[in-house]
Amino acid sequence: MAHKCGNCTEIFGMLSEYLDLELPPAMCQEIDEHLATCPPCVDFVKSLRKTVDLCRQYEPSETPAPLGEAARRDLLAAYRRMLTGEFAKPEKIELPR
Amino acid sequence: MVAGRKVERENEIELVRQLRAGNPAAFDRFVEHFRSKIFQYSWMMCGHREDAEEVAQETLLKVFENFEQLREPERVRSWVFRIAKNACLMKRRRGIFEPAQELSLDELMPLAQRNGQMVKIEIADWSGLPDREVLRTELRDVLQRAMAELPEIYRSVILLRDVEELSTEETAQVLEVSTDVVKTRLHRARLAVRQSIDLYLRNIAETRGGRNGTQVRQLH
Repeated sequence: MAHKCGNCTEIFGMLSEYLDLELPPAMCQEIDEHLATCPPCVDFVKSLRKTVDLCRQYEPSETPAPLGEAARRDLLAAYRRMLTGEFAKPEKIELPR
Repeated sequence: MVAGRKVERENEIELVRQLRAGNPAAFDRFVEHFRSKIFQYSWMMCGHREDAEEVAQETLLKVFENFEQLREPERVRSWVFRIAKNACLMKRRRGIFEPAQELSLDELMPLAQRNGQMVKIEIADWSGLPDREVLRTELRDVLQRAMAELPEIYRSVILLRDVEELSTEETAQVLEVSTDVVKTRLHRARLAVRQSIDLYLRNIAETRGGRNGTQVRQLH
C-alpha cells in the first residue's frame, strides 16, 4: 500500500518530533495520514508515547543522604554572602536564553 | 507538562523571589528541592552516590555565589542544571575517559522480517502495562537501567527533556549543543528505552504463557 509520506521506515526517524509537536504542520499531516492507514505504526507510536509518559513519571530509587551539618553551614554562609553582595566578581556563567 | 510538574516549576520561581528577599525558610526549601534534583541527575550521569552528593553540594555553592547572574527566575531550573552538568563533567574528567558512542536508528527499529514488499514487525502488547505495585517497581527499575545504559550523550538529553521536562531550547542551552542535536539524540534515547521496555513486556507475557509475548504486525 502506497502512502503520500512514504513508507513506515521514512517516518520512523521523525516520531519524537511528531509527539512533541515540533514538526512543521505539513509534515505532521502527512504522518497523520500514514497513521490513519497503518495500524502497526499506530501501535509503535503508542508505545513511544507511553515511554515518554513513563520517563515523566519516573521516580528515582536513590535519594541523597540527609544534608550534613557542615555542608548546610557552608551553603548558608554562601547564601548570606549572596544576600550581602559579598561575591564581588563572580565567575561568569552564561544564562540560558 | 502535567499539572503537578507545572506547579513545581511555578514554586521554583517563587522560591527564587523569596530567596532574594532574604526569607530564611526559602533557603532550606530551595536547598532541599534542588539538592534532590541535582543528586538524581548526577547519580544517573556519574554512576556513583559519592560523586552525585559532591556534585549537588558544589552546584549549590556555585548557585549562591553566582545568583545575581540569574536575572530571570523563570530560568532557574535550566540555569541550575547547567552548573550541575559542568560539575558532572569535572568529575568525569578525573575518571576514565569514555569515547562518545552513537546509537544507530536501524538497530532501534522493531525486529522485522522482509517478505517481498511487506515487512512484518514484532512488538510487545503495551495495552496492559503492569498495574500491580510490585510490577510497577520492576518497571521503574527497567526504565532506570535502560536510561543508565544509554551512552552519555543520549542519557543527558533524556534526563533533561523527559525526566526534568526542560524544553528543547533549554536542554540545548544546558548541554551547549544545537536544538537539532537535542532532537536527534532525544529520539534515539527514547527508542532505546522503548526497546528495553518492550523486551521486558515480552518477557512478562512469556512468563505468563503468552504467545512469545509479541504481536506480529504487518508494515507497509
